[in-house]
Amino acid sequence: MNPAFSVIFLTTLIGIGQGLFLALFTQQSYALFDLLPHQDARFYGWGSLLALLFTTAGLVASFFHLGRPERAWRSAAQWRTSWLSREVIVLPAFMGILFLYGASHLIGLDPVLLTLPSGLGINATVILGGIATILAFALFVSTGMIYACLRFLQEWHSPLTVINFTLLGGASGFTLATLYATMVAPTQTGFLGGWAIIITLLGLLGRSSSLWRNARLRPKSTLQTAIGIKHPRIVQTAQGAMGGSFSTREFFHGKSEAFLGRMKASFLLLAFALPLLLLASNLSYPSALLLCVAFVSQFAGLLAERWYFFAEAKHPQNLYYQGMS
Amino acid sequence: MTQLALVIDLNVCVGCHACVTSCKEWNTSGAAGPLCDENPYGADPTGTFFNRVQTFEVGQYPSTDTVHFPKSCLHCEDPPCVPVCPTGASYKRKQDGIVLVDYDKCIGCKYCTWACPYGAREIDEQQKVMKKCTLCVDRIYDTSLAEIDRKPSCVKACPTSARLFGDIHDPESEVSKAIRENGGYALMPEWGTHPANHYLPRRKTHLKIHKDELERADNPLKVDGQLPKPGKNEPTLDDVTSW
Ligand code: SF4
Ligand code: SF4
Repeated sequence: MNPAFSVIFLTTLIGIGQGLFLALFTQQSYALFDLLPHQDARFYGWGSLLALLFTTAGLVASFFHLGRPERAWRSAAQWRTSWLSREVIVLPAFMGILFLYGASHLIGLDPVLLTLPSGLGINATVILGGIATILAFALFVSTGMIYACLRFLQEWHSPLTVINFTLLGGASGFTLATLYATMVAPTQTGFLGGWAIIITLLGLLGRSSSLWRNARLRPKSTLQTAIGIKHPRIVQTAQGAMGGSFSTREFFHGKSEAFLGRMKASFLLLAFALPLLLLASNLSYPSALLLCVAFVSQFAGLLAERWYFFAEAKHPQNLYYQGMS
Repeated sequence: MTQLALVIDLNVCVGCHACVTSCKEWNTSGAAGPLCDENPYGADPTGTFFNRVQTFEVGQYPSTDTVHFPKSCLHCEDPPCVPVCPTGASYKRKQDGIVLVDYDKCIGCKYCTWACPYGAREIDEQQKVMKKCTLCVDRIYDTSLAEIDRKPSCVKACPTSARLFGDIHDPESEVSKAIRENGGYALMPEWGTHPANHYLPRRKTHLKIHKDELERADNPLKVDGQLPKPGKNEPTLDDVTSW
């Protein structure tokens, strides 16, 4: 596939937003049970607005993918069958609840709505946060399933796709949360940084598994099944167009194997190795500057990761566009 | 249930591209607007086509076969491109099984092309909506045309009659018989899309003659000329040829 930058930015940016929100709400849930000190409402409020900023940027990026953005509203219609349609519904729903969650923290409208038998009061923000958490995971699943449900793109057709979208979004969001905490709530840096390390490690595990799996795939379709002629040697001599077509532009990235290899090495380094190192050093020597480097490196690494994710998928239609003479 | 489809005979296709130009002509002139081209006279001309003829060389010289392979949307009976469409612009008609795109609903997200293993859909780079073969739906039901013209444009244009059109669910139709009797097959059966369009393979007629058939069984001594006339009461192998 030919990677589209709109989709690369959409999936990475909303992943950061979802991860950052999940990090904030994880902290709030711990605080609810007095496992961590409750933070000032502004910590959650501004943090969620930051997350909202990233999801909005992702939403804006997604419009660049559409040929007819003015009709985008139509894409909510087929939620019964289309994961893309489901994503289109869940993303604004998540953003809306995220906004309410942040706003009720900021304006201090956070009444206790119900009391558990144990005497624990459940605030409005806890309920909103709970709903937003469900939506955040639903969004990870929808985004991942857009790719995982395409059965002939064998590189994507695996539960690992959904797992990796979730883990990588989570990792980058928790790294950003660690940076955010270093600046506004230094006491929480250790907690969030610890989780950022764990999720980044899990993400490395998930992504390496899919790299390992994809390197061993055997394509189900061959030129023989594509045109239905049984002969080991078939060479294409014409593809019905001399100047290329949509099918050659959309499905071929046109880069060399060596370039792909460099992309893979750089995302492994930038998205996993370097941030892990910096996050670990941050546990003993907190430094906002180094965390900033960690986050930027991880974001850049994930852009490369997503580029590679598209480029490594070989579409069976490419069999019909092997060459011309 | 009706499932309209094309059957393409690779045994007679000569790769003349008449179907391509005829398809383009009909479909660029219709009510749905042009099929846009870019740089038609430039170095890299490109454009929107519903149908393309590709060419493959099968085998190693000198025993090669040049196969011309027309390719368009196969109107799959289980089309993977339809359920993924977020707007419902892509749909399969119940009454005749034609897979269509509603150009007024399509948002140009290209997700359906990712879901078609055959590369049969092409985006119109000017109108920014997805386009593909319609089986000339604006032609085959047009009662203002003579009955003989109510066929897809490509079928009408083919000079070698390599393209047949009909209902593959009707066992007595021309297309069903052609598939049944000439080894018609579907492309990439491994994905379970059940393409409605079928292809007929290259067929060569071979006559196998065994060595003993080169010799007349009733002339073991290979004697040329007339055999002696047998007696009136003797049995003969062949009443006609033995004298
Ligand atoms: S050939 Fe492709 S576009 Fe046509 S119905 Fe089948 S999957 Fe859909
Ligand atoms: S490009 Fe158009 S027809 Fe294809 S999936 Fe998107 S909206 Fe549907």
